[in-house]
Amino acid sequence: MNMIQAINDAHKVMMRRDPDIVVYGEDVGFFGGVFRATEGLQKEFGKQRCFDAPISEGGIVGTAVGMAAYGLKPVIEIQFADYIYPGYDQIVSEVAKMRYRTAGEWSMPMVIRSPYGGGIFGGQTHSQSPESLFTHIAGLKVVVPSTPYDAKGLLIAAIEDPDPVIFFEPKRIYNGPFDGHHDRPVTPWARHKASEVPEGHYTVPLGKAEIVREGEEVTILAYGTMVHVALAAVEDNKIDAEVIDLRTLVPLDIETIEKSVQKTGRCLIAQEAPRTSGFASELATLVQERCFYNLEAPVGRVTGWDTPYPHAYEWTYFPGPKRMKTALQKVMAD
Amino acid sequence: MADKQPSRRNAPALALHVPEPPFRPGDTPDFSSIKVPPAGSAPRPDTAVAARETHPLATDLVRVLDEDAKAVGPWDPKLDADTLRKILKDMVTVRVFDDRMYRAQRQGKTSFYMKCTGEEAIATSAAAALDFEDIHFPTYRQQGILVSRGYPLVKMMCQIYSNPGDHMKGRQLPIMYSDKKHGFFTISGNLGTQYPQAVGWAMASAIKGDSRIAMGWVGDGATAEGDFHSAMTFAAVYNAPVILATVNNQWAISSFSGIAGGERATFAQRGIGYGIATLRVDGNDALAVYAAVRWAAERARSNKGPTMIEFFTYRAEGHSTSDDPTGYRAAGEAQSWPLGDPIERLKAHLIGIGEWDEERHSEITKNADAEVRAAQKEAEKLGILPEQGKSDIGSVFEDVYADMPWHIAEQRDQALEEQR
Repeated sequence: MNMIQAINDAHKVMMRRDPDIVVYGEDVGFFGGVFRATEGLQKEFGKQRCFDAPISEGGIVGTAVGMAAYGLKPVIEIQFADYIYPGYDQIVSEVAKMRYRTAGEWSMPMVIRSPYGGGIFGGQTHSQSPESLFTHIAGLKVVVPSTPYDAKGLLIAAIEDPDPVIFFEPKRIYNGPFDGHHDRPVTPWARHKASEVPEGHYTVPLGKAEIVREGEEVTILAYGTMVHVALAAVEDNKIDAEVIDLRTLVPLDIETIEKSVQKTGRCLIAQEAPRTSGFASELATLVQERCFYNLEAPVGRVTGWDTPYPHAYEWTYFPGPKRMKTALQKVMAD
Repeated sequence: MADKQPSRRNAPALALHVPEPPFRPGDTPDFSSIKVPPAGSAPRPDTAVAARETHPLATDLVRVLDEDAKAVGPWDPKLDADTLRKILKDMVTVRVFDDRMYRAQRQGKTSFYMKCTGEEAIATSAAAALDFEDIHFPTYRQQGILVSRGYPLVKMMCQIYSNPGDHMKGRQLPIMYSDKKHGFFTISGNLGTQYPQAVGWAMASAIKGDSRIAMGWVGDGATAEGDFHSAMTFAAVYNAPVILATVNNQWAISSFSGIAGGERATFAQRGIGYGIATLRVDGNDALAVYAAVRWAAERARSNKGPTMIEFFTYRAEGHSTSDDPTGYRAAGEAQSWPLGDPIERLKAHLIGIGEWDEERHSEITKNADAEVRAAQKEAEKLGILPEQGKSDIGSVFEDVYADMPWHIAEQRDQALEEQR
C-alpha cells in the first residue's frame, strides 16, 4: 500500500469496528477527498457517517467538539494544514482544554487529520508545517507518520486514543518516499518494505519513536519527510548515524532520544518547518538539558528558513541533501 | 498617509460610520423610539413552516403578557399555575443568588462574578420549556438554566469559590459552570465557540437517530464572531435539531448592540439569510420565552430543522464585577427599558389570574434568600478563594491528558519541590 491507501484502510478498519466514528471534512464524502484518503467510505458506511462539510474549518472543528461531547468519535479532515488556522480557536481553546477544564467530565476523543509539509511546489499555502503551533498547546497529541505501515498503525492508535490527536500527513510522501533529491525520479512505496501493510487491525503506539537506522557517530532526530531525507544524507555522506523517526511529537519518546545521544555524543535535528520556535528548538533544549555531559558538539538544526514558503524557490527553501550535508559535516567536525 | 489626500478631487470625501448608542452618561434615557408591538399581535405559524415564511417574525416581537399582565394571543402557552409559579420562583432565586454572589466578590471571597439581572426569564423559562434530557450550550449569563434544572446552589457556589466542592478542581474562572447530568455544557471564556458545538451535538443526535435536541446560546456582541456564522451555516446545511438563541441585551461590555451589527437589522433577521426559521421574542416576558422555545423544540424534534431566536432584553447591571457601566451608558436605562422587569411582569400575571398574592411573593423571596444564605454558609465551610490553591498542588497537572505523560509528571514534581 502507499500511504494514502494505508490511511484509507485505517478508516475502514475502525469504522467497521466502531459505529460511533464519523468522518467529515471538505470534499471527503462522495468524492473521497482531494487526496483520496476517504475514498469509498461514504459508499460503504453511508452519508450519516461520512459526509462533505462546508468550507469552514472553524465549523468543522466546532461541530466535532459537539459530536465528541455527545459521545461520537469524529475523525475530521482539514484539507491542508495551511488551512487549519480558522479552526485554531476551537482546537486550542476547546478541544485541547476540555478534559482539563472539566476535570474529566467531558473529554475530546477525536482525530484531526491534515496533509502537511512541502516539497511539492505548493507555495505559501500548500506546504506549511505548523506542528509547533500544536506541540505548544497542552492537551493535544501530535503525530507525524513517515511510512504507510506507521500511517495506518498510528492512525488506528490515534482513533482509539482517549485524547485529541492532531495527525499531520506529509503529503510529499503519500505516493512514495522522498529523500530530497528532487532531480532524481521518485520510487513508489511498492519498493519499500514499509509498504507492506497488514490487513485488519493493528496499532503503532503513540509516544514511541523508532530507530530506523542504527549508528554510532551521531543521532539524527527527524519526522515525516525529513526521515527519508536524513536516511539518504547519511548514506550519501558515509556517516554512521543513528536515525530516529520520532513518529509522535507529543508525548515525546524521550528515552529513545536520550539513550541514543548518550551513545553517539552528537545530535542533529531535521524539520521542514521554519527554524525560530520550531519543534527542533524544543528537541535541542531537551537534548542539551539531559545529555549535556555526553555531548561532544553543539546540537545542530536543519530546518526550513524563517520565511513564508516560496513557490519558485522550492529547493532553496526545502532542507534537502545540501543542507543536510553541511550540517552533518559541521556536527561531526565540531 | 498622514495628510488627507483625496484621490478624486471632485468626489465627496468618504466618511467612516461608527455607530453610537442613543444615550451616554449624563443623558436622560428615553426608549420611546423602540417599536414595541402590542402583546398577542405576532402570528404563530405551524411549527412545520418554511424558514423563509418566518421573515415577518424576525422583525416583529413575540409577546404574550400585555400591559395589564394578561396572557393574550396565539403564543400564550397556557401553562398551568404550578409551572408558572416554578418559573417565578426560579427567577427570584437567580436574582437573590446573583446579589449574594456579587456581594461575596466585593467581600473578597472570590475573584469574579457576573449577574444576569433583568434577563432571568430567558434562561429559566427556556430551560422549563425543554426536556431535561436536552442539552444547553450556554454562555456565562444563563445561570437560570442550572437553577431551573435543580442543580444544587451549593455546587454553584463551590465553583465560584474554587473550593474542594468544585468538581472542576478550581481550574475555571468563577461562573464557568459545567454539569453533564444537568445538560449544561462546560462554559468557555472564548466567546461564540459553543454555538457550532451545539450544532455538532444536535448533528450527533440526528446521526444516532436519537430524539434529544440541543440549544446553543450567544449574546448580541458574540454574534459578530466567525463561530456564529459557521454555526448558522452548519445548522442549516444539515437541518440540525438545534435551537440557536441570541440574547440581545443591548450591551457587549461597553459596546452597544450597534457595534455588533444590530443598527440596521435585527439579530433575528440574520437567521432568514441562512434559511433558518426565526423568531424575535420579548425576553422579559417569561410566557413568550417559554412559548417560543417550545415551538422551536417541536420543530427540531420533528426533523423540521433549526430555529434561531433573538431574545430582546436589557442588561440591567454591569457586565461583570470588573465593570462599571456608569462610564459608558446613561444612568436609569434599565428603569426606562420599555419591556420592564421579567419578575414583576410574571408576578403581576399570576396575581391577575388569582394564583398569587403579595404575601406569597414576599414569602418565596424570603425563602429564596434563606436558601441562598444556607447554601452560602455550607459552601464557605469548604473554603473561599483566598484560602484555596494550596492543598492539592499536584492536581494542577492532572486531566491534561487521560494519562499523565512524562514531561508533565516532571513538572508536577518540580512544582511540589518548590512548595516544600
